[in-house]
Amino acid sequence: MTAALIGKSVSRVDGRLKVTGAATYAAEFEVPNLAHAAVVRSIVANGRLASIDTAEAERAPGVIALVTHRNAPKLAYQPHKGLPDAAVGERLHVLQDDRVTHQGQPIALVVAETLEQAVYAAEVVRVTYRNEAAATDVAAVDPVLPTGKPAEWEIRRGEADSAFEQAEFRVDQTYVIPRENHNPIEMFATIASWEGDSLTLWDKTQWVHNVAEEIAAVFGIAAENVRVISPFVGGAFGSGLRCWPHVTLAALGARVDGRPVKLVLSRREMYYGVGYRPHTVQRVALGASRDGQLQAIRHEGHQETSTYEEFTEALLSATRFLHACPNVHTRHRIAPMHVHTPTYMRAPGEASGIYALESAMDELAVALSMDPVDLRLRNEPDRDEFKDLPFSSRSTKECYRAAAERFGWSQRTAEPRSMRDGRLLIGWGMASATYPMNYAPASALARLLPDGTAEVMSAASDMGPGTWTSMTQVAADTLGLPVERVKFTLGDTRLPRAPVHGGSMTMASVGSAVQAACRKAREDALARAGSNDLEEAMERLGQVIEATADVAPGDETKRFSMHAFGAVFVEVAVDPDLGETRVRRIVGAYGAGRVVNPKIARSQCIGGMIGGIGMALMEHSVVDPRNGRVTNANLAEYAVPVHADAPPVMDVIFVDEHDPHVNPLGVKGLGEIALVGVAPAIANAIFHATGKRVRELPITPDKLL
Amino acid sequence: MPGAISPALAQAAGAAPALLDVSLRINGTEHRLSLDPRTTLLDALREHLHLTGSKKGCGLGQCGACTVLMDGMRVKACLSLAALAQGREIKTIEGLAQGDELHPLQASFIERDAFQCGYCTSGQIMAGVACISEGHAGSPQDIREWMSGNLCRCGAYDHIVAAIQDAAAVSSSTQGG
Amino acid sequence: MHPFVLERPCDLSAVLALGAQAGRNDAPVEYIAGGTDMVQLLQEHVRRPDRLVSLAGVLDDGIEIGPQGLRLGAAATMAEVAAHQGVVEQFPLISQALLNSASPQVRNQATMGGNLLQRTRCPYFRDVGYQACNKRAPGSGCAALDGENRWHAVLGTSDDCIAVHPSDLAVALVALDATVELRGTGGDRSVPLSELHRLPRDTPHLETVLEPGEVITAITVPANAAGLRSHYLKLRDRASFEFAAVSAAVAIETDGARIRQARVALGGVGTKPWRLPNVEQALADKNLEPGELRSAAALAAEGAQGRGHNDFKIELMQRAIVRAVEIAGARA
Repeated sequence: MTAALIGKSVSRVDGRLKVTGAATYAAEFEVPNLAHAAVVRSIVANGRLASIDTAEAERAPGVIALVTHRNAPKLAYQPHKGLPDAAVGERLHVLQDDRVTHQGQPIALVVAETLEQAVYAAEVVRVTYRNEAAATDVAAVDPVLPTGKPAEWEIRRGEADSAFEQAEFRVDQTYVIPRENHNPIEMFATIASWEGDSLTLWDKTQWVHNVAEEIAAVFGIAAENVRVISPFVGGAFGSGLRCWPHVTLAALGARVDGRPVKLVLSRREMYYGVGYRPHTVQRVALGASRDGQLQAIRHEGHQETSTYEEFTEALLSATRFLHACPNVHTRHRIAPMHVHTPTYMRAPGEASGIYALESAMDELAVALSMDPVDLRLRNEPDRDEFKDLPFSSRSTKECYRAAAERFGWSQRTAEPRSMRDGRLLIGWGMASATYPMNYAPASALARLLPDGTAEVMSAASDMGPGTWTSMTQVAADTLGLPVERVKFTLGDTRLPRAPVHGGSMTMASVGSAVQAACRKAREDALARAGSNDLEEAMERLGQVIEATADVAPGDETKRFSMHAFGAVFVEVAVDPDLGETRVRRIVGAYGAGRVVNPKIARSQCIGGMIGGIGMALMEHSVVDPRNGRVTNANLAEYAVPVHADAPPVMDVIFVDEHDPHVNPLGVKGLGEIALVGVAPAIANAIFHATGKRVRELPITPDKLL
Repeated sequence: MPGAISPALAQAAGAAPALLDVSLRINGTEHRLSLDPRTTLLDALREHLHLTGSKKGCGLGQCGACTVLMDGMRVKACLSLAALAQGREIKTIEGLAQGDELHPLQASFIERDAFQCGYCTSGQIMAGVACISEGHAGSPQDIREWMSGNLCRCGAYDHIVAAIQDAAAVSSSTQGG
Repeated sequence: MHPFVLERPCDLSAVLALGAQAGRNDAPVEYIAGGTDMVQLLQEHVRRPDRLVSLAGVLDDGIEIGPQGLRLGAAATMAEVAAHQGVVEQFPLISQALLNSASPQVRNQATMGGNLLQRTRCPYFRDVGYQACNKRAPGSGCAALDGENRWHAVLGTSDDCIAVHPSDLAVALVALDATVELRGTGGDRSVPLSELHRLPRDTPHLETVLEPGEVITAITVPANAAGLRSHYLKLRDRASFEFAAVSAAVAIETDGARIRQARVALGGVGTKPWRLPNVEQALADKNLEPGELRSAAALAAEGAQGRGHNDFKIELMQRAIVRAVEIAGARA
């Protein structure tokens, strides 16, 4: 028997491919007779196309096809809403009419023999516009409740207003997070190839089946006729959840051209068509008694969205259960603007909402002269007060304790500016984190071969968290085979359906399906062979044994509130004269259920921490309020953390947590929670260092002078 | 005089410049290509030679994913015109392992889990190889500064630094004999 | 990229005959050396030359230190100069400025001449989706004046342009009284680096005093700049690999705790590398004492004009001067 593999630090099974450059990403598939596409994009935010002069572009060498709304085939655009699509509104239709609703909207497509020729021809398409007044200044747009029942967006428990007025200690502040872009290092790319009415897409996506279904609906063909292949995804962080319009453009180009077409977005285009974390404005009012008991929480927030879709995220969800409080009022609104639709970005909703909530909690702790950990412990709920359900498990207290101990929190002096290192001000701050446990229907196929190896597959995705590896581990563990004898495959619509690779649900969902399929196959093989050794059984049977499994959550959500919880502690050093902040240490403790592979789980957590450092200190898509253009649409002026920004000490603690309720594997997901809480912990540490409370991210030097 | 320099000089403005015959020496092999003058070294590798291990993350020298060694020095392949790389010795990630045997830094990247999505990895490794050979891998702080031209959006920095330290130790112990 | 003919002349006279002009967007013939900025400009359609003249192999890449001072061949790379033992020992300000620039890869590619002639990072200049940019299209207006101008200049600005000159190297060099040697079809001439770049005034599209066909062949730094106590301080949003929000190049000669003479220049704040003679005069004969440094540094703000988002630079640049002088003064 093989030792248990779940819980072991197995090295990535795709590691060799990745370190030798042999892993094949979307733009890298060798497809014969390939043509290259480039997109002409709008430089106004609202209006109509007055004229498109394509003469020079059509004359340019190598140009095969030039498609605008005037000559584009009418596309079916049948109704389709995938899970990541906005619930209200209609997705952008490309090249179907003369309407422009945002900067960077595709208005023409060039197909040419080479990349250089396509890009150049796109550049010399001359477009004039009939401008119309555009809403592009988020500060000037009046927020409104999203469509639907007001009760979905404005949620009350108790009487928050009167409780706040009566509270002895009060905090009421507004927090702003600017737009941020995912900026995965791989740019979006699609290769499209038609054979008759069948289409193959090599695509960068977090959900191959959704791409197939969306493109099928756009072109009015059967989803079975669209094959999507996506074995490696060079980061996505939510930007690859939806099927964006460029995929349609690639397929359209290939349709018109008759040849396979490759479309790779430029880094600038990455700011105009694949979503972003929306600008949010949040007001948090907390009322508490002298002993630190929360009496009232009022949390309202609004975020930008487009004019054609209402994007909303779980901005205020955590506020309703993270801390105990009898009187809670949340109100979520949107600010429709002439921008393209935002989307989910790593820890969507929670990252933003908890930044505001946990910053306000820190302000309350200061008002109460109370240790911020103590304040949270005093408000630790014993059940989900919003859903009125018990938590399936909740390890916040263990997380606070473990992280505080590792950090040395007891050495902290409470007074701001009281800790120094030479001329630098030292600040220690902390924040709580939470993210829901998501579990969605998933399928997997296990195939046992006579040679004692196994092939296991599911149409899942791996944008970095290690699906290739962790699924291999789950399969090998279940089958009782060594890892080397199990081959897991993902990223192809021909494989059994998996849910979207987002919301930290892949292990819970696909992992459970893999486990179930492997268990079935193993039991079947052993029963047929009358053996209790799988390798021996397979040899004896001399035939392939296959089993598929479909898993789906039961009624656990009706009985339990299920979330991962965590705590983040941070040390910053701030130069008081120059305003520069550096994160020196970060300690995160997480209660996230079972950890399948501690080595790659740690990678996810330190990655989330780095993402949180970016959010706190530097990331900001600087939108010109006059016209909605992103002025820093590159990787030089849009600052993401570099090596030198990584703290010298990064510590990740997984507290022991066994949760039998969440899903068969007992996992809660890690990818998102790892980013939650980092930004408020840093903001709180900066306050502790400097005595200055900055309520608008990112906290750049100019805000600390 | 100028006419003697380039036959293309006589060409009418707006017409397509002639393709250039370019000879690129990559991982020890000479490749003869007929290239648009606009083709960057990175696009020559990826689109013409199917050496897709060098990655494009921006095309503007701002991410480092395309890092290759040119005459032993790390450069960003997206900022070089392919025609101007003629005569240089270019090494890409595909040329780093000796047959099946991984370069120590490739091995330590796997051991330390120094990547997630893997897209910046080729560039990190090529930059890391140079960082070690330049003598800039003496301390984690040094490594962080001298690797800052390579973005990792998955945030694997801590593990990349560890992997470079491990590989630097291997290379100094072998040099030390 | 706009289609271009790539010229690869084999000697400098052939180069000059092609009449390229650096730094002007309307010039149909343009140079490429290391290419680290030029390829970006070509990729972003900001520069559309019909003819691109490679300087590879035709310019001096030597680094020499002699009785006259330091001489940097225009083709020497940033990495070579930064690591040169003599530069490190006698002109550490230059090495420091270079090591704070760009990334190790870019420093292996980019040249001295190209570094001085790199174009502004002004996002409105680099995004052709903006039609208004007086640098790109003279007379079209300046989108930065009332736009997102956190990156922009507060010194040397005009009503037509507030774009920052992005070089760190040039800031260090201008502090050390460097001169650039030029060669054109008409012969050789020398220009003080402080006069190489023009103020934008009402002609921001004219960035330098280079004539058509002229190239930078070398940079010289006088020997009297050697051995000064110096520091290059660069401030930015992230810890590395970013252009300066504010930078200060400082070189001082001291007598105990007293400053005999000082040279001070700023980056990230000026439309050209910005030398501050008034601050230098004020620092002379001052003690290395915070209050005195602070009052001298305050003179940097004379004539400074913020445009909103960049107002912070006026305060930050004074603090940067103080800190850089303190660090330089503390050096052995």
